[in-house]
Amino acid sequence: MARFGMVIDTKKCVGCQDCVIACKTENKVPEGHDRDWIVTESHGKFPDILMEIRTERCNHCSNTPCVSCCPTGASHIHDVGGVVLVNHDLCIGCKACVESCPYDARFIHPDGYADKCTFCIHRVEKGLKPACVEVCPTYCMHFGDLDDPNSEVSKLLQSRKYHVNLPEAGTQPNIFYLI
Amino acid sequence: MNSLSRRKFLKISGATIATAAVLAGSAKTFVKASKKISERKGLEIIPTYCDLCFWKCGALAYIEDGKLWKVEGNPADPLSNGRLCPRGTGGVGAHYDPDRLKSPLIRKSLRGEEKWIDVTWDEAFDYIAEKMIKIKNEYGPESVALFSHGIGGSFLKHLIRAYGSPNETAPSFAQCRGPREVGFELTFGDVVGSPERTDIENTRCLTLIGSHLGENMHNTQVQEFSRAVERGASIIVVDPRFSVAASKAKYYLPIKPGTDLALLLAWMSIIVNEKLYDAEYISKYGTGFDLFVAEVSKYTPEWAYVETGIEPDLIRETAREMARYKPASLVHPGRHATWYGDDAQRSRAIALLNALLGSWGRKGGFYQTHSFSIPKYPYPPYPELKKESVHNPNNKYPFATGEQISTGIREATITGKPYPIKGWFVYGTNLMQALPNQNETVEAIQNLDLMVVVDVIPSEIAGWADVVLPESVYLERYDDLNTSPFKEAFVGIRQPVIEEPNDQKPNWWMAKKIAEKIGLGNYFPWKDVEEYLDTRLQAADLSLQELKTKGIIKAPQQPIYFEDGAEPEFLTPSGKIEFYSSQLAEAGFDPVPRYTKHPDPPPGYFRLIYGRAPVHTFSKTQSNPLLKDMMDENELWVNTDIAEKYGLNHGVYIKLKNQDGVVSNKIKVRVTERIRTDCVYMVHGFGQKSRQLRSTFNKGASDSELITKYTIDPLMGGTAMNVNFVTFEMEA
Repeated sequence: MARFGMVIDTKKCVGCQDCVIACKTENKVPEGHDRDWIVTESHGKFPDILMEIRTERCNHCSNTPCVSCCPTGASHIHDVGGVVLVNHDLCIGCKACVESCPYDARFIHPDGYADKCTFCIHRVEKGLKPACVEVCPTYCMHFGDLDDPNSEVSKLLQSRKYHVNLPEAGTQPNIFYLI
Repeated sequence: MNSLSRRKFLKISGATIATAAVLAGSAKTFVKASKKISERKGLEIIPTYCDLCFWKCGALAYIEDGKLWKVEGNPADPLSNGRLCPRGTGGVGAHYDPDRLKSPLIRKSLRGEEKWIDVTWDEAFDYIAEKMIKIKNEYGPESVALFSHGIGGSFLKHLIRAYGSPNETAPSFAQCRGPREVGFELTFGDVVGSPERTDIENTRCLTLIGSHLGENMHNTQVQEFSRAVERGASIIVVDPRFSVAASKAKYYLPIKPGTDLALLLAWMSIIVNEKLYDAEYISKYGTGFDLFVAEVSKYTPEWAYVETGIEPDLIRETAREMARYKPASLVHPGRHATWYGDDAQRSRAIALLNALLGSWGRKGGFYQTHSFSIPKYPYPPYPELKKESVHNPNNKYPFATGEQISTGIREATITGKPYPIKGWFVYGTNLMQALPNQNETVEAIQNLDLMVVVDVIPSEIAGWADVVLPESVYLERYDDLNTSPFKEAFVGIRQPVIEEPNDQKPNWWMAKKIAEKIGLGNYFPWKDVEEYLDTRLQAADLSLQELKTKGIIKAPQQPIYFEDGAEPEFLTPSGKIEFYSSQLAEAGFDPVPRYTKHPDPPPGYFRLIYGRAPVHTFSKTQSNPLLKDMMDENELWVNTDIAEKYGLNHGVYIKLKNQDGVVSNKIKVRVTERIRTDCVYMVHGFGQKSRQLRSTFNKGASDSELITKYTIDPLMGGTAMNVNFVTFEMEA
């Protein structure tokens, strides 16, 4: 079975938020909420500074506290690509998943359900890339099947150094940051 | 637009659908073309080009069940390569902006009080026509001036010329890239232009001195910058602030603001003294090299260190680095170049450094542009001009060529000399934030008998108008064809993809209606803009129908580098690259740039510098709901040590007071290591004073408000704006 993931090149990302806006228009994310966001981390004393810019979202983890804690089964793992999704009809908006996510990737949609990145599964299932990947003017984002050793994402992970966010959380995230 | 042309439009755009859908791959189309767009069902994809900034990227608008859904890049477009920048992606928000102007307005109290009567278009045009006729009779047609920005101003430009006025300007010259164009033209005989002819994609060494690519989101350049990073190009960034680009650089040079020319001269002296230049290129194309060498070779890195604060060894190493990769070594010319008053000379120094590297006309340097040749519409000739423009009396600024000095027209409006200016048309530019010293702008406006603002939002300048004309946003209108010079010649179309939500109208319609009211209807002989565009396109053996379907049509590739057969042509007096400029010498200026020291901020004051955010354009986009959601106020960047010294905590609001006692709106402090201790930084475009812009009114501070002082470039009249100093006002 495929395991969808993203590989994001922090060397190329300029933090322009195009991915955030593309997600908002593609998925009609309500004003005041985002499914993805930019993090800029800098260290050091001027002018000797190291800086990493990266775009973040739900990590579509392989070990999912948000699914385990869901009392209704709304939070689930999709049968395509292991994508973590929320069934809006089953969700009661109890916020257990919002609290359980170490990445703070979820929010309660004004319509009452937990919402977050879907890896644009509606696009992916039609053979398109997620909207954020498709729009990125720096071409820093890559999407594909991590279980396929010949996929672009797998090859990037074989050839470059990378990190994941909060590895200590034990969630086995499926978004990797090239450094 | 009358009902007949509306039907015609729908018929044509119905035919558009099938092809556009194929472009996008998976989109399904089932549209009944006889209804208004807003009444249709299904998905429709219509090509157009973006207007969130001046880059004019090709876009595809998605209409879902009659509603504007999203905008993506057009893969056929060479500027966007199918990817828009964040502003372009947020273009949908321009249509849905709740603060948009909805109907024509005539003021009912004092200018600037923003009190209006809603009027019909006919009433608005009658008011304008009466004043225009009166001004023409009393003062002559020259006494009406146009300030415009962007391609949307082209029909108003035509109107103003048909009316008989030579006064037509844009802040993009004297408040932005004018010094750069002059500096390059004096050297190479040609301007950099827009989009910049920088071959970032192929460069092996990119030097940014005055460009914050990545924050400055010029789409093609950012895409190419990313590719340069991926290829491992050597990147040198000079900036008082550790910019996003600096974080990608091999070398970061934290320069003291105001000293860039010292660094440029020192770099040139190293390249000259160590003979690292492209000798063959220079002997073939250059002139005055010996005189140039005699002047620049004295500027040692040790001397430059005192001025710039950059270690001499770092200056040497970076000079050698850029020379190592010549001619694929590009010293980026920047864009917003009006900084300190010697900006044309600083830009000329950048041009000369590129000349030493042999990068002009070469792969990885500056490519030769091509643009699609489409004949102009066969209008009747304009009336003969009886007077020259007021922008530059007595040719005071001898190298203000090509475009007019906007602040010169403002000056003439204040003084009435060389002749009175009694009418302003302002199109798509918020002069309150585009021009330095807001008091002078207000003073000029007091002398007007007619002040018309055409805009999509109630911008600050609209608040000062007598008549405000609400324009359709780019997604709702046609504009003129985009034939920007680029690596390949292309023509792009802007066409309506959705109807206006209220009583907004396109600029071409306004210009034509005003012309008809003042007896100039013969200058607008076309029935509507479609006929105008089709006439132009047919003269180039194209058709409107075809362009509406494709969005972009390209011409065959032509060589863009000298080495591939592009013809070297230098339109300078000598026909060569002028290392020594006789033109400048004859006009009494330095023929080779010389360093002038600029004043430092007094104790307790910091130089105010400003720049761009990727999600906003000037002061035009702050109310766009999608972009506002990304950034709804600006922040004041303050170095950690300074913040500590003054007791400023991260996230608190303070005010700024400038050297003239002007106090800003409150702004949130961003304590950061990413800036020097002698300056503070904010993103331009915030702190807006238009009360009708409810969503962005008074959010953040306005750098423009604090730019009361400006220094004029003696070569070309540019207004340098990085010459203001501010101090902190704690009681916010």
